[in-house]
Amino acid sequence: MKKLRFIPDDTNIHFMRHRRWSFPLSGTLLIASIVLFLISGLNYGIDFKGGTLIEIQTAEQTADLAFIRGELNNLGFGDVEVQEFGAPNDVLIRIQTQEGEGEDAEIAQQRVVDQVKATLGNTVTYRRVEVVGPRVSGELATTGAISVLSALLAIMVYIWFRFEWQFAVGAVVATAHDVIMTIGVFALLQIDFNLTTIAAILTIVGYSLNDTVVVYDRIREDLRKYKKMPLKEVLDQAINRTLSRTTLTSFTTLLALCSLYFLGGEVIRSFTFAMIWGVFVGTYSSIFIAAPLLIYFNLRSDSVQKPGDEDELEEAPAS
Amino acid sequence: MLHFARWKVTLVLLVAVVGLLFSIPNLFSDQTLQDEYPSWLPNGKLVLGLDLQGGAHILMQVEKDGIIKDRLEILRGDVRSALREDKIGYTGLAARDGAVQVRIRDLAQLESARAKLKELVQPISTSLLSGGGATETSLEVNNDGLVRLVLTEEGINARVSSAVAQSVEVIRRRVDELGTTEPSIQREGDSRILVQVPGLQDPDRLKDILETTANLSFRMVDTSMAAETALQTRPPLDSEVLFEADDPLNPKPQNERTPYLVQKRVLISGDELDDAQPTFDSRTNEPVVSFRFNTSGAKKFARVTEQNVGLPFAIVLDNEVISAPTIREPIRGGSGIISGSFTAQSANDLAVLMRAGALPAKLTIVEERTVGPGLGADSIAAGEIAGIVGAAAVVVFMFLAYGLFGLFANVSLIVNVVLLLGVLSFLGATLTLPGIAGIVLTIGMAVDANVLIYERIREENNYGRSTIAAIDTGYSRALATILDANITTFIAAVILFSLGSGPVKGFAVTLAVGIVTTVFSAFTFNRLVVATWIKYRRPSKLPI
Repeated sequence: MKKLRFIPDDTNIHFMRHRRWSFPLSGTLLIASIVLFLISGLNYGIDFKGGTLIEIQTAEQTADLAFIRGELNNLGFGDVEVQEFGAPNDVLIRIQTQEGEGEDAEIAQQRVVDQVKATLGNTVTYRRVEVVGPRVSGELATTGAISVLSALLAIMVYIWFRFEWQFAVGAVVATAHDVIMTIGVFALLQIDFNLTTIAAILTIVGYSLNDTVVVYDRIREDLRKYKKMPLKEVLDQAINRTLSRTTLTSFTTLLALCSLYFLGGEVIRSFTFAMIWGVFVGTYSSIFIAAPLLIYFNLRSDSVQKPGDEDELEEAPAS
Repeated sequence: MLHFARWKVTLVLLVAVVGLLFSIPNLFSDQTLQDEYPSWLPNGKLVLGLDLQGGAHILMQVEKDGIIKDRLEILRGDVRSALREDKIGYTGLAARDGAVQVRIRDLAQLESARAKLKELVQPISTSLLSGGGATETSLEVNNDGLVRLVLTEEGINARVSSAVAQSVEVIRRRVDELGTTEPSIQREGDSRILVQVPGLQDPDRLKDILETTANLSFRMVDTSMAAETALQTRPPLDSEVLFEADDPLNPKPQNERTPYLVQKRVLISGDELDDAQPTFDSRTNEPVVSFRFNTSGAKKFARVTEQNVGLPFAIVLDNEVISAPTIREPIRGGSGIISGSFTAQSANDLAVLMRAGALPAKLTIVEERTVGPGLGADSIAAGEIAGIVGAAAVVVFMFLAYGLFGLFANVSLIVNVVLLLGVLSFLGATLTLPGIAGIVLTIGMAVDANVLIYERIREENNYGRSTIAAIDTGYSRALATILDANITTFIAAVILFSLGSGPVKGFAVTLAVGIVTTVFSAFTFNRLVVATWIKYRRPSKLPI
C-alpha cells in the first residue's frame, strides 16, 4: 500500500535563508498586533470586564433580535449587545457592568438579571446566566496575566535547565511571538476574550513549545554529531529532518480541533478558534523563528560542544 | 529497547487493564451501576461539571466594611458606657477611619480613662490567632486628651474569618433544605464563600435564599403616632418606620406598601427560635409559618404578650415587616403562627430561613454562573460527536500514513483514551466542557509521540540500519524528545490548574492527565505492541 506523505523524505529546504522574509514578516505582524491591541483593544468578555451574559432560547423558531434589543435597551442598563448564538432561536445577551462603588455595583448587577427576566418573561428558556461583578473580574484579569507570564517563565527555566541558555531565549521569543500573534488576531477580529481564551493561550504556549523543543532537540543532537558542519547547515538539516513530523502532528491536532470547532457547540467555539490559530502560528514559529534565531547566539563556541560528548560521531552524515 | 522482561509486560498490561476497569463504569447509567454492576469492581464515574449537568455556581463575599462598621458601632457604645460608669467627662465620641475616638474633657482624668478603656482591649478569642497575644483593638492616648481605640488588622481579619465560617454553616443548613443532590458549600480565600448546586431548576430561588440575611425580630408597634405621620415628620427617637414585606403574588414598589412605625427595641430575636414549619391556617386555608421558641424565648414571649394584650406587635425580617398582628391574649406555650401574604413556597422558604438562623454579616453575590440542564445536555452531545469524529479522523489518517504501524498507534490511542477516562474517574475529577475539549485535543496530540518515533525509525532505516536496529534506535532516540516536549506542556497545564476557575480547571486536569497517559500509551504500550510483533513476525523489511 502506498503511504500518505506530506513531505518527501529527502527535503533540503534552506530555512535559514528564509529568515530574510520570515523575520521581517513576523516583526511587522508583531508590531501590527501590538498596535491593534493598543488602538482597538481586546473585546474582553465578562470574565475580565464584569457584566452580565444571558443565553436564552425563544419558543418561536426565529428569535426577534430587534425586538429583544429594543426591550432591553429601554431598561437603561447602558451597553446591551444582542446576537444570535449558534441557532436562530438561540440568543446571547451581553449587558455591560453596572456603575457603583464596592458592593453597590454587585447589587446593581444582580438587579439587571431580575429585570431582564421580568422583561422577557417566562416564554423563553434561560440556558445560561453569568454575572461577574467588578471585583471578581479585576482579580480574574490579574490572575490571567500572571499565569501566562509565569508559564512562560517556568518553561524558560525548564528549557534553560535541559538545554543551554540560547535555546531557552529562542524558545521564549518564539512562544511570546505566538502569544502576541494570538492576541493580535483577537484584537483584529474582536472575538470574545475571556477566561477560556487564557486557557487556550496557555495551551498554545504548551503546543508551540512542544514543537520548538522537538526541533531544538534535533539541533542539539546534530550539533554534537556534526562538529565540522557550519551552524547554518546544521540548523537547516535539523529542521528538514523533523519537518515531516512537525507537519504530521500539526495535521492530526488540527483534525481534532476542527472537529471540535465545527461540531463541539457554540460555547467553546472561540476557545477552539484560538487553538487552531495557535497550531498554525506555533508550527510556523518553531520552523521559521525559533530555529533561525539560534544563528545569532554564537552556539558553536559555547558549552554545546563539550569534548568527549557521549554519542559522538556514531554514524556518518547522511546523503 | 525492544526487549521486555516478563514482569514488565505484565505491568504494562496490568496498567491498561486497571485503566479499563476504572473507565468502564462511565458507560453505564447510575441506576445500572447501583443495581446490576458487580460491587467489587471500581464503580466511580466522572463527575460532570456544572456547565455540563446544569446548575448554579454562586460566589459570595462577606462585606468587610459592614463588619467593621458594626464592630465600631458596638465599640462606641462600650466606650460611652465605660466612661459614663466612671463619670469621666468627654466630648466628640465618634466612629471614624476604623477607630472610635473620644476627647477627654479634663486632662486630669486622662489616666483613669486610659485604665478604664484598657479593659476594652481584649485579646482575640479565636483559638489559632490568640497565641501571639494579638488584640482586636489597640488603645492610643494623646496627651492633649484625644483617645482612640483602633481596630487592628488581626482583629478585623478574625472577625471576618469567623463571620465566613458561621455563614458557611448557615448557608449549608439553608441549601440542604432545598433538597438538591450534593450541593457544595466551601470557603474561598479570606472572605468568600462558593456555593455550587448541581442540577438546580430554579436558580432565582436559591439566590433569594442565599442573599437574605434573615435577621428576625419580634418588636412592638409604636402606637404613639401614625406611621404616615412619622414618615412625613420625624419618627420618635426609639422607633423607626419599616415597610410591609413584598407580596410575591402581587409585587409592589416600596412606597406603595404599608408603612409601620416599629420600636427599635428587639423583644425577642430569631436566635431564640427552636423550630419553624410551613403549614396551613386551619380557618382560612392560607399558607402560614408556625414557630416555636426555646425555653428562654418562650418565657420572654409569654411575659411580653401578657403585658401588651390588645396592642399590635411586628414580626420583622431584615427590616421588613412580615406581619403585625394584635395580641389578643397572652401566649404562654411559646409557639405561634405567622400569617402574612405567603405562597406555599414563600412560607416554606421563610421557615427554612428561620430554622437555619441569621447570617452574621451581609453577603453580596460577586459572581454567578448558572447553566440550565438543556444547554448542559446539548454541550455533552456536541462534545461527544466532536470527540468521536475527531478521533475517527485521526485514526483513519494514521492508518493512511503508516499502515500497520498506524494501526499500532491507533491501538495505543484507544488505550490512551481508556486510561485517561480511567484516571479521571479514579481521581473523581470533574469533567467540564473545556475538559472535553482537552480530551479531544489530547487525542490529536497523542499520536505526536508515535509520529516522532516512526519518523525517526524511517530515518534510521534510510541511513541503512537494519529494520530491528532502526526500530530500536527510533524508540530510544525519540524518548528524550518526547519527554522534553511533554514536560513543557505539562508545566503549562499545571499553571493553568492553579489559575483555577471551574471549567478551566477541568481543562487543565484533562490536559495534564492526558500528557501522562500519552507518554505511557504512545511510548511504552506502543513499544510493547511493536516488540511483540517483531518477536512473532521477524520482519526483514520496514512496513512504514
